Amino acid sequence: MSEIAYWEAIRRAHDEEMANDPLVIAMGEDIGVAGGTYKATLGLYDKYGEARVIDTPISENSYTGIGIGASMVGMRPIIEIMSINFALLALDTLVNAAAKIRYMSGGRVSCPIVMRTPGGTAHQLAAQHSARLARMFMSTSGLRVVTPRGPIDAYGMLKSAVRCNDPVIIIEHERMYNLKEEVPDEEFFRPLEGAEVVRVGEDITLIGYNFSVHLCLEAAKRLEADGISAEVVDLRVLKPIDRETIRRSVEKTHRVLIAEEDEAPVGVGAEIITGIMEDCFFALDSQPVRIHAADVPVPYNHTLEKEAIPDVDDVYQGALKALGKI
Amino acid sequence: MNDADKKRLLREMIFYRRFEDRCFEAYMERKIGGFLHLYSGQEAVATGVLEMANVGVGEKGDYVITGYRDHVHAMKAGAPPKEIMAELYGKETGSSRGRGGSMHIFDPTANFMGGYALVGQPFPLAAGLAMGCKHKKTNQIAICFLGDGANNQGTFHETMNMASVWNLPVLFVCENNGYAIGTHIDRSTAQKDQYKRVDTAYNMKSSQHDGMDIEIVMEAAKKAVDYVRKESKPYFIEFMTYRYRGHSMSDAKGYRTKEEEAEWEKRDPIKILTERLLKAGVVKQDEIKQMENEIQDEIENEIIKFAEESPEPNVADLTKYVLDDNPDPRWIGPLQK
Repeated sequence: MSEIAYWEAIRRAHDEEMANDPLVIAMGEDIGVAGGTYKATLGLYDKYGEARVIDTPISENSYTGIGIGASMVGMRPIIEIMSINFALLALDTLVNAAAKIRYMSGGRVSCPIVMRTPGGTAHQLAAQHSARLARMFMSTSGLRVVTPRGPIDAYGMLKSAVRCNDPVIIIEHERMYNLKEEVPDEEFFRPLEGAEVVRVGEDITLIGYNFSVHLCLEAAKRLEADGISAEVVDLRVLKPIDRETIRRSVEKTHRVLIAEEDEAPVGVGAEIITGIMEDCFFALDSQPVRIHAADVPVPYNHTLEKEAIPDVDDVYQGALKALGKI
Repeated sequence: MNDADKKRLLREMIFYRRFEDRCFEAYMERKIGGFLHLYSGQEAVATGVLEMANVGVGEKGDYVITGYRDHVHAMKAGAPPKEIMAELYGKETGSSRGRGGSMHIFDPTANFMGGYALVGQPFPLAAGLAMGCKHKKTNQIAICFLGDGANNQGTFHETMNMASVWNLPVLFVCENNGYAIGTHIDRSTAQKDQYKRVDTAYNMKSSQHDGMDIEIVMEAAKKAVDYVRKESKPYFIEFMTYRYRGHSMSDAKGYRTKEEEAEWEKRDPIKILTERLLKAGVVKQDEIKQMENEIQDEIENEIIKFAEESPEPNVADLTKYVLDDNPDPRWIGPLQK
């Protein structure tokens, strides 16, 4: 075991997959000579050369499309988009092409690409660098969408994504790139389906994904100090949603909160709560609680930004509400 | 090119014209649904260019990709016409198993990598196919057919730049038929000569040619194909052509005159080649008549019959092909709890 940061885990997965298969390539802005904005490909340009670690022009839609075209003839591109805001420029090739080519070719052509991007708020990056668009990708048929919460999943899910035959969107988070975790030194893979109970509890289920799992874990500690036992479920995967794991937890705790950094309208929480209503409505002892971002473009001002984005206290207070304590 | 090849190419173009006409009829009979974009008038371009490429040889051949007016490109690349017709009929035996329709013909066994409805989307996909060929050092090239209308998309500019910077072996074939759906090029495009939009802007070799005379198309295409393959660099080739029918079946062509249509029909690609071959004694009028009869027979008694008699997709298979239907549990799960 070694303690490594989230970015180092992603870099290690790139390195191993590129060493394993000469058809694996990496593409993106500044990922080569500069080593990547978040260092996810640091040193790989020197190791694998410019034909496999490709610095692209600032042309998100078309370099993503080039990756998709290459994947149609057997390549395994890992495409980095520097911010999920910029992924909006690539929606045509991601949503209209990668997500649909397998279906509209009757299963005869597949697009095994991986698109990695940080999707969340950091610190005062303002509206055009703080989008959280998980809900948009999770509503697109033909994609897999995963949200690794730490280095183990960041490493193991990227490796699985490279080998999987479907287009996979990996949503990372600016505030997690330096997050550290003990990671096994030997090679392993983490599956692209399945939610995970990351803390066992009895009184309430806190559901998170991506960075909000950490908000849930911190809130669970505070609840424990109050004598409340909270279970935390990391969705891990937004498409397809693992409704069975959610149902089992809610049937045990009878109370549920979903914490998302996305804005609420038509969000991840809306989908999760609808699933709970359909699967285990009668197991609930109180109405589900949604913790989410304010429905505003993310403000630059530090105080306003803090107000707009959910934090541990929001999750803690929301849990107390679900428990009927406030 | 020998006389037999010339006769074969004439037959191919007559076949493609008749195939598209028969699609029109089937559409009017409501056997074909959705949108239908026909290629009549432009046959010399796809036929001539792909005659000069390495197609019809399966997976070792060159890759071909295009927009939604895709039947003829797919057939010339080697996709069986009866499977294309079955696709238009929405049948399970269709090129795309009835899931794609007219605009989305795919046949990877012929390296025909699809028709796409997003105007300009095939540009980057084609460059990606070429990147794969270059990476695997297969000596294959990618050939991308699109109309002049596609050149006003951002993907055109982004892709021309990257294809040039990265020396990708891709041939961009611009079929300039003068209209972006129903808007004339004079009203939509600042630089009307499309080949001039890439030469200095993207440092890419380019040229413009008559797209109605297949022999001119072939001569120009051969040079371009050889350049792309030998130099491993992109090339942009523009052919001046005309589509006889509307943009799609819902188009009444109110944006152009009968006189303009008549002018172009004087230079019909089938007519040009027919007259030339008759004059040279390569083919006789009764041979052409016989060709037409054989084609009619093949289309009715083999192609349409196959499409009519093929089964519909099974409703239980609605969600098949969305994702890999046999995923590897090592990558997909389930998660060990």
